[in-house]
This record gives sequence, C-alpha cells and structure tokens, in this order.
Amino acid sequence: MSKKTSLQTENKEMKAKASEKTLEKKPNKAAELWNMFKTKATATDTSFLLTITIVVFFVMYLLAIIFIGKGFTNAQTLLDMIGSNAGLIIVAVGMSVVMINGGIDISVGGVVSLVAMACADYLDHKGGNIFGAILIALGIGLAYGLVQGYLVAYLNIQPFIISLAGMFFARGMTTIISSQSFNVEHAAFVALKDTRIVVPFLGHYSKNGKFIPGEVEIGALIALFVVILFFYILKWTSIGRSFYAIGGNQQSALMLGINVKRTRFTAHMLCSFLAGVGGFVYFMHYGSGSALNASGMEMDAIASSIIGGTMLTGGVGNIIGTLFGVLSLSTIKKIVNTVGLGDAWWTGITVAAMLCIFLIVQSVVVGRKKK
Amino acid sequence: MKSKVLNNSKTFFKKLTSNQIIIPLLALLFLIVFNLIRDPGFFEIKVVTNTSGHTVWNGNLMSIIDFGSELAILTIGMTFVTAASGGQDISIGATAAIAGSIIARILTGADGRAPQGMEGSLILAFLVAVLACVLCGAFNGTLVAYFKIPPMVATLILFTAGRSIASWINENRNISIVDDKFMIIGGFIPGIPIPTPFFIAVLCMIITALVLKFTTLGLYTQAVGINENSSRLNGINPKFIKLLTFMILGLGAAVAGLIKVSRTGTCNYAGLCKDIEMDAILAVALGGNALGGGKFNLKASILGAYIIQFLTTTLLAMEVPSTALPAYKAVVVIILVVFSSPVVREKMNKLSAYIKVKTAKNVGKEGEN
Amino acid sequence: MANKEILKMRNIVKTFPGVKALQGVDFTLREGEIHALMGENGAGKSTLIKVLTGVYEKNDGQIFLEDKEITIHSPEEAQKNGISTVYQEITLCPNLSVAENLFIARDGKKIKNWKKMNKESEKLLQSLSIPVKATEQLANCSIAVQQMVAIARAVDMDCKVLILDEPTSSLDDNEVERLFVLMNNLKARGVGIIFVTHFLDQVYRVCDRITVLRDGKLVGEYEIKDLPRVQLVSKMLGKEMDDMADIKSDEKVYTGENADSDVIAVEALQSTAGIKPFDFNIKKGEVNGFTGLLGSGRSECVRAIFGADKVVQGTVKKDGKEIKIKKPLDAMKNGIGYLPEDRKNDGIVGDLSVKDNIIIALQVMNGFFKPFSKAEAEKFAEEYIKLLNIKTASSETPIKSLSGGNQQKVILARWLLTHPQYLILDEPTRGIDVGTKVDIQKLVLQLASEGMSVTFISSEIDEMIRTCSRLIVMRDRQKVGEIKGEDITQNKIMSTIAGEN
Repeated sequence: MSKKTSLQTENKEMKAKASEKTLEKKPNKAAELWNMFKTKATATDTSFLLTITIVVFFVMYLLAIIFIGKGFTNAQTLLDMIGSNAGLIIVAVGMSVVMINGGIDISVGGVVSLVAMACADYLDHKGGNIFGAILIALGIGLAYGLVQGYLVAYLNIQPFIISLAGMFFARGMTTIISSQSFNVEHAAFVALKDTRIVVPFLGHYSKNGKFIPGEVEIGALIALFVVILFFYILKWTSIGRSFYAIGGNQQSALMLGINVKRTRFTAHMLCSFLAGVGGFVYFMHYGSGSALNASGMEMDAIASSIIGGTMLTGGVGNIIGTLFGVLSLSTIKKIVNTVGLGDAWWTGITVAAMLCIFLIVQSVVVGRKKK
Repeated sequence: MKSKVLNNSKTFFKKLTSNQIIIPLLALLFLIVFNLIRDPGFFEIKVVTNTSGHTVWNGNLMSIIDFGSELAILTIGMTFVTAASGGQDISIGATAAIAGSIIARILTGADGRAPQGMEGSLILAFLVAVLACVLCGAFNGTLVAYFKIPPMVATLILFTAGRSIASWINENRNISIVDDKFMIIGGFIPGIPIPTPFFIAVLCMIITALVLKFTTLGLYTQAVGINENSSRLNGINPKFIKLLTFMILGLGAAVAGLIKVSRTGTCNYAGLCKDIEMDAILAVALGGNALGGGKFNLKASILGAYIIQFLTTTLLAMEVPSTALPAYKAVVVIILVVFSSPVVREKMNKLSAYIKVKTAKNVGKEGEN
Repeated sequence: MANKEILKMRNIVKTFPGVKALQGVDFTLREGEIHALMGENGAGKSTLIKVLTGVYEKNDGQIFLEDKEITIHSPEEAQKNGISTVYQEITLCPNLSVAENLFIARDGKKIKNWKKMNKESEKLLQSLSIPVKATEQLANCSIAVQQMVAIARAVDMDCKVLILDEPTSSLDDNEVERLFVLMNNLKARGVGIIFVTHFLDQVYRVCDRITVLRDGKLVGEYEIKDLPRVQLVSKMLGKEMDDMADIKSDEKVYTGENADSDVIAVEALQSTAGIKPFDFNIKKGEVNGFTGLLGSGRSECVRAIFGADKVVQGTVKKDGKEIKIKKPLDAMKNGIGYLPEDRKNDGIVGDLSVKDNIIIALQVMNGFFKPFSKAEAEKFAEEYIKLLNIKTASSETPIKSLSGGNQQKVILARWLLTHPQYLILDEPTRGIDVGTKVDIQKLVLQLASEGMSVTFISSEIDEMIRTCSRLIVMRDRQKVGEIKGEDITQNKIMSTIAGEN
C-alpha cells in the first residue's frame, strides 16, 4: 500500500514540476483528447474508413439533390448510375482485391479498352456471335491475370511496373486491332445492349401521378452480383482473409503458413479476370470499339477503391466501400458537369483532387496509428 | 604465358560483367546488330539542306540523338527520384505538357491570339514554365515525402489532371509558334549540323555531374533510398531530399517541354511528351538501377535513355505505327524486368554454375587425354 | 532417461553467395526436452532454423522427423509436419484480429466460421492466461501480448517440434517467467523445444541439453549439467577465456564527479515518444547509463536528447549554455553522437559501402556543398577499420554483408570520426558476439579516460555494472532514481527497478 502511495506522490511531484516548467497546460490536454480519439479510431481501421466513405457518399448525394434537382431523389437515377458505371464497379472491385492484398494494377483500363475493341471487331468485322465475344472478353482477362500474376507473385516484380507495361501493351494492341472508332451494329448484341430488367418495387411516380417501375441494365445486375460475391469471399473465406493477411504483413503471412505466392497470384488473377468481365459489361453499355474507350479508367478504379476506404498500403478495405466509392465519384462528376464546369478538363481535375484528398486522409490515419 | 593472358582477360571480363553498365551496352550491341542485319541503310547519315536553309545532317542516328535528348534529361531526374523514393514519377509527360502550354501561351501573347510570331520573351516564358514544373514536382514530392504516399500513386494524380490543366491554360487550343529563333532550340543552330537538343542534353549532364561532384546529393539520395531512418539519425533530412529529387525532375520536365514545343513549333497538350514516362522508367531500368531505390548509376541511365530512343527509331523504321509503339515497348519492359528480377537471376546463376561445372569436367577429361 | 529422438538433422549444408553458412551440421532433438541452440552471431543458428522451417532450402543433408526422412520447402509444409516456430520479430498480421491470427491458414477449410473461431480462441487464450480479447485487432496489443499470441498459435497446432527463436528478448521478467511455465508445460506433453537465446541465465534455467555451433560448424552437443557456463562461452568463442574477467582490470574508477562541470545537462525534457519529463546530466569523462526493463523508456530518453523524436518541452544545456536541439543534425553539431538501439533499421545504410557508412555522419556535418574527396574518405575509412579492427574484405564492401558485430563497429567508427564530446550508445552490445561485446566495453572505458562523456545502455546488467559509474533507473517511462559509485550492485539495481526501498 505504502509503496503505491509513495509512487503516487512521486508522480504528482513530477507532474507539478513539469507543469511549472511549461507555461500552459494546453498541449497536454490536447494530447489527451488526441489519445482518446486514437484509441477509438484504431479499433477497426476498416470500419472507420468505411464510415467516412458512406458519409461522403451521402453528402455528395445531398449536394447533387441541391445542385441538380429532384431528379436525384428518384430511384431510377440511382439505378441508371449503377448501370452506366457497372463496368467501373466490377473493375474497381478487382482493384480493391489487389490493393487489399498490398499490390496495385493499373492495366485494368487498358484491358477494358482492349476487351471492348476485340469484342467489337469480332462482332462487326469477323461476323462473330455474342457467346464468342464473351469468351474473348474472359479469355483476355484470364490471359492478363496469368501473365501479370505470375510475374508479380512468382518472380517478385513490383506490380506497378508490370501493370504499367500491361497498360501500354493493352492500349497499343487496341490500336493495332483498329485505330478507328465505330459503333457495333450486330443485331443480337444491340438487342442485348438495350435489354432492361424491370424492378417493380423501385419505381417512381411520373408528373401525372402514374407509377413507373424502375428499369435496370443487365450490366448493373452483374455488377451488384460481383459486389456481393466478393464481399462474401473477402469476409468469410480463407483465401479472402489471406488477402488481408498478406496486405497487412507479407513476411508474417508467410511465417503463418499462408501460401503467399499463390495468394498474390490469385489476387492479380481475380483483378484481371474482373477487368475482363468489367470490359464486357462496359462494352455492353457503350457498344462501341474505340482506342479512347475507358481512358483513365484505371485512375477511376483506384480512386474509387481509395475513396471506398481501401488502404494503398494494403490490409484494410471493404468491397461495399468500393461500391460507394464508385457512386461518390460519379455523383461528383455529375455535379461538376451541371454547375457549369462542362469543359472536359474539369472532370479530370476533380477526380484527381478527390483522390488527392482521400490519399492525404489515409496517410494521416496511417501516421496516427504508427505513433 | 597463355594462362596469364587468359587470367587477365578473365578479370577484365569479370570487372565488366560486374559493372552495371554492361546491361545497356549489351542492349545497344543487340540493337546495332539487329539493324545491321535488317537494313544497313539504317545507319546512313545524309547531308541535307533543311527548310530554314541550313546544311544539316539527317538520318536515323541523328534522330536518335535528337529525340533521345529530352528523354535523357528526364531520365536524370527520374534516376534521382527512383533512388531516393524507391518509386517512379509517372506524371512527367503531363508536367512537360503543362510547361509546353505555358511557354506557348506566353510566347504568343497573353491572350494567345498571335499564332504567327513571338510576342513574349522566351526567357520569361521558360522561367515561368520552370517555376510551374518545379511546383508540380514539389506537389508530388510533398505527397510522397510528407504524406508517405507511394510515388506512383501520388504522381497518378498529376498524370490524370496534368493534361487537363495544360488544356485549360490554352483554353483547349493547340497553338502554333512560327519563329526562326525559337525553332533553334528544338532544331539546329545555324552552321552546326548536329541538332541543338543534343547540346542541351549534354549541358544538363555536365551540370548534373558538377552538382554531384560539388555537393553530397549523390550520397544523400542513395542513403535515403536505402535506409530512411538511419539517414535521419545521421542528420540528413530525408523528406527534403525526396522533395528535392522530385523538384529536380520537374526542372527536367520544363526543359523537355521547351524542346518539344520548339521542335514542332506547336503545342499540342494531348500529345506533347505522351508516354514519355514509360520511356524514362524503362531507361532507368535498362541502366541496371534497382527500381526499388537505393544505389544508382547515372551514366548507365543516360545511356539507357538513348538506347530506348534507338529502339523507338528502329521500330518506326520498321513502319510500326506510332500509336502501336507502346505495345512493343511494353514487351521490352517485361523482358527487362523479368531478367533483372532477383528470382530469375538466381536461377540463371544456378544454370551458369551448372554449365561451368560441366565444361570444367569436360576440360579435365581432355587434359587427361 | 533416453527419450525417443523426434528430429534428426544430419550433415546439413547451406551456402549463400560467398558465405558457407552451414557446413555439415548435425542436430538431434528428443521428445520432451528443451534444447538450447547456442552460438555467436554468424554461427549459423538462424540459418539452421530457417532450413528446418523451409524458409531456406538446404544444399545438402537430410532431415528425419520420427525416423522418416522429410523435405521441407515452405513454412507451410513445416507446419503440416508439426514443426512450429515463434520468431524474435512478431510474425503475425497486425491488421487482423487475434482470433484470425490464431487460426488463419491452419485447416484446409475454404470457408471460415468466425463465431466459432472466436469462441475457440477465447478458450485457448484463457487456458494460457493471455490477457487479450479474441476479437481485438492485433496492432492494438502490446508487443509482449503479440508474442504470446504467436506462441499460443504454435502451441495450439499440436506441434511436435516447437522452435523459439529469441522469444524472450522483448519480454519483461514476469512474462519470461510465464513463458517458462508454458515451456515446461509443453515439455511434459512431450513436445521437443528448440530454444535459441542470447541470455545464458535462461539457458541454465530451463534447458536440458545444449548444441553449440560456431562458424557454421557443429562444436558439440552437451548435457546441461556437463557444461558449466565458462566452458559454454569458451566453446562458443572457440578459445579458452576466463569468462570476461579481464575487463575488470581495465576498469578505471571515475573521479571527476565533484570537480568537473556538466557537459550536457537536461531539464524536464519530454518527447512525443511517451516519456515523462526527465532531468539528466553528464560530466566530462563520465560513463553513465540508463537502466530499466525493456520498454521502461531508456531509449526514448536518449532519443529525446539526440532529437531523434520530436521534443515537446524542456531545455538542454551544453557547458552551461542553453542549446536548441530540434533534429539530429542540431545534436551532432553540438558534439553529440548516437548509436541507435535498432542496428538494422536505424543504424546501417545496408547497400552502401563500409566507407560511406563510416563517413556519412561527418559528411553531413561538413555540409551539403562540401563533399569529401575520394582520397579523404578512403583515408578516414582505412584509419577506423584499422583502429577498431573491423573485419571486412575492403572499404568498398557493402556493410550489409558484414557480421552483426562488425556492422556495429562500423557505426561506432562513424560516430568516433565526428569526435563527439558526448557519445550515446544504446544497446551497442545487443545481438553481437561475445568477443565484440568485450571490445566495445573496453573501448567505452578507454574513450572516457580520454575525456569523452559516454552514456551506455545495455539490457545486460553486468555490462552496465562494469562500465558505468552512475546509473539512471527508469520505470514505466519515467525516471525513478539514480545509483552512484559503490551502490551500483545487481541487488540495488533490481530493487530500484522494482520500486522497493
């Protein structure tokens, strides 16, 4: 007992001494507050970042309602947004997987463009059918995944370099297939492109009070399916948790007995494969072959993942967040367009600015954690 | 006697192979041999009179040292950035486009309405461009050094936004500048048959060499790239060094932008220095420098830059369309990184050791016979 | 009692480019024994363990597990064969929960039931009395707890062979005690434990048998009772040596306590690293030290003096005049040198040559625009390589290819070259061979006799007793006392650390 009290008095003396020497106590208080914040926030990085993401999305959406008008209050707008961004959602999911695993893949935009061009060329110039086109899309994705995954995982080459080369290769190949831009006129494809699926419970009332049921593109359904599937894989499967483990600390993951090479290979494989799928969905929405297709999509995908709470350093992230990331991004693009900054350069600058802000937020989160 | 000569040549060979510069030299040799077989006319240099009436040398070799120059200038900066931060700057093409746009805007007058002559001062234009590019570099550097964002991702921001900014500077117009004096920078000095960019590149190299000799930049960048913590505890400010390397690269981008605008007499924001980041990274890798940072060899990098241009010129001479060039270069990158990856090297070493053992055995047998 | 041999390694050979790390080493582990694997740094202990766990592939030799020959290509395979390892550095994933760290990559199941796993984890943690929740994110736990989780994982995997590679170096005494209980527990269950440590005490506390390696070769396998401590040291060093007695004769009693003025005096200094404000002073030619348990704030104090962590308050006086130290360079310019605790991450610049590593601090002080010429740098390097007897092929050799002890000497050379008035040595003897340890302690005393002030920090109390004339005792991140002169005894230090009067 006496030991404790003597310690306490000693403590008090020290504190008193310290406070004498510092003119104001404020920094200490601030530090205490900071500590409280720290212990609360680090509880789970994933959920912390996810919360930010969702809040950001709702703020964006509110802004959209203010600036663009009531159109944004009706469900069809949201469905359309998912529809026109379906390709991006799928690609961004793949990107999130790779980034959670501690890698990155900037070839995805190129792959999407290559897939669209290859499919368009096959349908219109080679007289192919839709089934064949799907096979081509998946084939390109798989081939990319195989090569990039092998180089990254088994030869241990930096993913950025490999996928940078992959991006240039895909862009180059796209122009080799055709340097023209053209719309696909293949009948069955056009029919598929224009197919809408009715969602009876998500409709809105038209001006004269008539209920119009919501419609959604096939691509949007595929995208939502991919999101749910990967949410499940990352949360409840052994391979999914391995992605997180490797992203957290690769060396440790190896020591824990995780097959690091195979897991990293799988991550890159999944990402490229999803880029293939996303490429076809993108093609299904736009229906054209062009070297300018999906330009800057890798950037959008990375930005969506980061806005969605995936950490660049790996180990932290959530697929639901990625979905919200894509939606936030497209909302802000719409806002920028409608407030009169219609020039093309503004979109690029806005996305870059968003990415920049979120990168800094993350960096601050990481920095806080290390202390 | 014979064995002594053999030994000497062996140690010489060993020295050569252990030197980093062997990689770009081998690549150069390969390209030369390839072109000799394909078309010896590739190396021909013609004396022609150009549009401004000067007698100049013309040919593939001239275009290599001409077009390779801005690449070499960028490669110097890229080598520093790679060494210090262990990553690469992929925004340099966009940054050069910003520089070009600024130069074009100032030269043609503030309103950009005088597409024919020079209205503004060239020095002012260049200085403003330098300022803008160094600022871009500082932006990248700040993100990398102070916010600890991986370089390639940090520079991805300007990679996307840069050309948008460039187009905004000139309000979406491609501006042309017709002026003989201005064209000298990217063309020829009257009376000298070698393209001016080559001299600018040499000047940049000399300045860099002097900087490396009279400052400790080389030691600091390498130390920071290898071990940031320990550099800091030895009194180096690693953040500042990283920032500095990005700013140096920004400076290089301004010079490259100037050369490009002057050479074509136009500023095309979308195409100016397009994909040059890929070439610069490739040059650093070809120079045998670790892309993960640390030690660097500037000579090998610069040689690498000219070899990349050699490759480009070769491909163009083979009538590969310029939009398809990236696909071919991507293959080269992949081959290069695969062969320089430690995993593959180890396997190759094993293989060569195995072959050596075999041949040694064979030699031994012959000796017995 | 001849227990069954569960693991036999025979004639293991492993070479790295230029280094023969293992040259035909044999090793035998019996059921239910704790077997110490001893050797200096570079003796091949780590390599042997990495071969056994499949991190490295052996070049030659055989491994038998329960009389069956096995080949191991990866830690995963080792784990499947019942060989588990707990490494010195925490090898868990900080971003996952404790339960996930316990169970990831263990069963072949593709789909995880985390609820069930959390429950099982709680049970396991309780049975080993590890104070942590299963759902906690690992990064939020203390290092000691993380270590325990790592051991819990290994224990729970029904391993036959458990390798503990320096598990105690980041644990305090209580935790070490708990670990020993655990080890004896496992021993009773018939697990064979390979225990690698630098602490001789611990070896004699828990081990049954010792295998000694030296320079990649087997020296011998001994029963613990057949090998007294002195002999163990001499076997590890490969020469007969009277423990470390000769250092005592060199000891010079510091006398300037009352005469000289303070070289450095610190008042109420506090940094962001989480230490309470502390006072400190050192006189010319004095050797003093910070002592306390690991994590008590010893290193943080000296880091604050050197400006390695951000200082938030307090004053530093040099020769009575107040100086500002905001960053390491300020400290260096004021004649302070600092050899950091973590040699690999804070000390060496791995890929740079020995020469560059020696000159770097002086070069930085010299200024950005005044680089040394090649000849100057070479001269400095050669001088100190000779002076400190650094074993390196040449001054151009990358420092990372040197042994730990020689790397440490290079860092020492770096600071000696700057001719500091005040030199801080934070754990200069950690993880290096016994011979170099003695060299460094001798050097410290010699430097002090030449008028340099030195602060010496070591985890090994007897080293501190031999070298320091005054000890500052730390507990729970604050200064709790000072011990001087005659009072510096093991008992007194221990009781002060523990907080008894």
